[in-house]
Amino acid sequence: MKRNLNIHINHITRVEGHGSIVLNVKAGRIEKLQWNILEAPRFFEAILRGKHFNQLQSITSRICGICSIGHSLASLKATEAALGVEISEQTVLLRRLALHGENMQSHILHVGYLAAPDLFGADSIIPLLKNEHKAVINIVRIHRLANSMSDLICGRTTHPLRFCVGGFTLLPTLKELQSLREELLNGIDTLRNAAESIQAEVHHLPDFSRETEYIALTAENLYALYEGSVASTDTGIHPLSEYLSLTNEYLLPHSTAKFTRHNRESYMVGALARFNINATQLGSLAKEIAARFDLTSPNYNPFMNTIAQLVEIADSMEDSIAIIDELLARGLEEEQPEVKIRPGRGIGALEVPRGILFHDYTIDEQGNCSQASCIIPTNQNNANIQKDMEALVPTIMNRPQKEIELTLEMLVRAYDPCISCSTHYLNVEFT
Amino acid sequence: MKPRVAVFDFASCEGCELQLFNLEEKFLDLIKIVDVVSFREGMKEHSDLYDIAVIDGSIMRPMDVERLKIIRKKAKTVVALGACACIGGVNKLRNQWTSENVRREVYGDANLEGNPLFDIFPARAVDEVVKVDYYVPGCPIDRAEFTKVITAVIMGREPRLPSYPVCVECKLRENQCVFELGMFCLGPITRAGCNAICPTHRKGCAGCRGFLEDANMDAFKDVLRKYKIPMDEWLKCFDMFNCKIKREK
Ligand code: SF4
Ligand code: SF4
Ligand code: SF4
Repeated sequence: MKRNLNIHINHITRVEGHGSIVLNVKAGRIEKLQWNILEAPRFFEAILRGKHFNQLQSITSRICGICSIGHSLASLKATEAALGVEISEQTVLLRRLALHGENMQSHILHVGYLAAPDLFGADSIIPLLKNEHKAVINIVRIHRLANSMSDLICGRTTHPLRFCVGGFTLLPTLKELQSLREELLNGIDTLRNAAESIQAEVHHLPDFSRETEYIALTAENLYALYEGSVASTDTGIHPLSEYLSLTNEYLLPHSTAKFTRHNRESYMVGALARFNINATQLGSLAKEIAARFDLTSPNYNPFMNTIAQLVEIADSMEDSIAIIDELLARGLEEEQPEVKIRPGRGIGALEVPRGILFHDYTIDEQGNCSQASCIIPTNQNNANIQKDMEALVPTIMNRPQKEIELTLEMLVRAYDPCISCSTHYLNVEFT
Repeated sequence: MKPRVAVFDFASCEGCELQLFNLEEKFLDLIKIVDVVSFREGMKEHSDLYDIAVIDGSIMRPMDVERLKIIRKKAKTVVALGACACIGGVNKLRNQWTSENVRREVYGDANLEGNPLFDIFPARAVDEVVKVDYYVPGCPIDRAEFTKVITAVIMGREPRLPSYPVCVECKLRENQCVFELGMFCLGPITRAGCNAICPTHRKGCAGCRGFLEDANMDAFKDVLRKYKIPMDEWLKCFDMFNCKIKREK
């Protein structure tokens, strides 16, 4: 039987921001298949013009509530690079800790609250909460732990307060770090238990595979999040200065879309990309979780991004404990960052939960920003989502319509798109 | 029947909605007293029948106005969630330029004529489009305050926001005034309720909860004079959440 289908999922649920999927099939032939983003544009790059360098972090933090720590740090790195501000080792350690807090928070929110209901056969976490589902209790615990970590280092869970150009306005105490360490240690078993519950349902993830290019930061002796060079599974390692030729934002003649392309028609960023590039550098707990799910590098199933996130939560927990140990051993010192105004351009890149993020600022003689550009993970993933859909639909075309819809939604969710982040508005259209 | 609550988002960072997840276990207490019937970021279930509409985000396009008006019609009570919805917040910073200018800065020469998704006007707070019954201010909102406001609404009580400035809370916490540290602070004219969280972490208040209607501007100017804060510098900080400039075309 040749299939006819008219699917329009308007405002996909349980993702951050507004997106929709359109699929039209006529007599078994795909006539239209589109991943669209409907989010209202917010023009951050335009807003930054003329703003004092001290304000750039707090403004760009508002690009996205879920990765506000990541945007803040990318912003500070770009500002510091432009002004030539050196930061201390202590600052790097504390920033890495903050980034781990956000990585854990964002990942568990996605794995547990947004993606897991599909595995547990629920429409949302609310019925699961009401029944006090065992997995969900553990998920909420990890979420709270991650949030208390950001609270401690940043002063607040969303839109960090203690960050400033050159360092921190206020430091945690050693005692606070010590008790965070205890909480993290206790969290390990909670995570193991959550992983076990998810593992029991993981067979609901579609078995689908499409090789693509993966891009992520990479560093010599650690699983790169805060710093590193840019690595591509297709073209190897590139210095940060080449980021524009890697991300290539461009427009199609018949589309208003900006999206990115490097070596192929699309590439993927995020937890799975990082895992595929840097898996050997994961700690033992992360490796244990990966083994539980038979996740090995390289893995070409985008649905496994959710599992790669779970693996990264483990790594963030373990590495946070190591960072705290280092801070406890060396002690904390109040610092007075030295910041002088000098004109220049700076690029800040780091890995945020959904992938590699770039901020690029030019600062003038008065210390004001004259030009800004932000390239965010979701924009980089959009073309890949589209290409995955094009490969996936023919393999599921004969299933019941409800199942096709759910599978497409799950695919989009697996990428954990963060549409509010769209500092560039996107309307990807492949016709 | 429990009151039905629906959450809707417009142009925002969704940080305020995230605070609802961040209620953690307390979210359970909340769903004991209300039925959440729509919350796109968090749930697939959706119903068009609701009593309280919680709106996050600013209004930037005619297509958003239409959607918002329908929500207003269906809801008995509308609650604006966060600075974006209550006062326009960071989104209003873009109002200093014309729509044409910001579009070009971000999208270059792309021809966006006639595309409703790009048909923008200067950012508006929710109450510049429809009537708002109650406000939960802040960028992001304070989770405890949200629960307080919602509880008051369903108990039929009038939720009250503090009518004194952030400075009062800041002094109660015995913080060192950030002006002493050479920073700028909007605490003297901004509505309290956040427990002066920014100065507590050595950041000046940026005014995210909105200015008090009867703010004592003279006293504030005295403070600025006392600490010799240059006019153009504080004007920039003044703007972050409370930009009043508006260029249309
Ligand atoms: S008020 Fe602030 S935290 Fe809330 S949605 Fe707007 S930008 Fe985000
Ligand atoms: S730091 Fe700000 S809020 Fe606190 S007392 Fe000084 S001016 Fe007032
Ligand atoms: S101190 Fe000011 S900027 Fe900070 S949360 Fe309170 S009102 Fe908002």
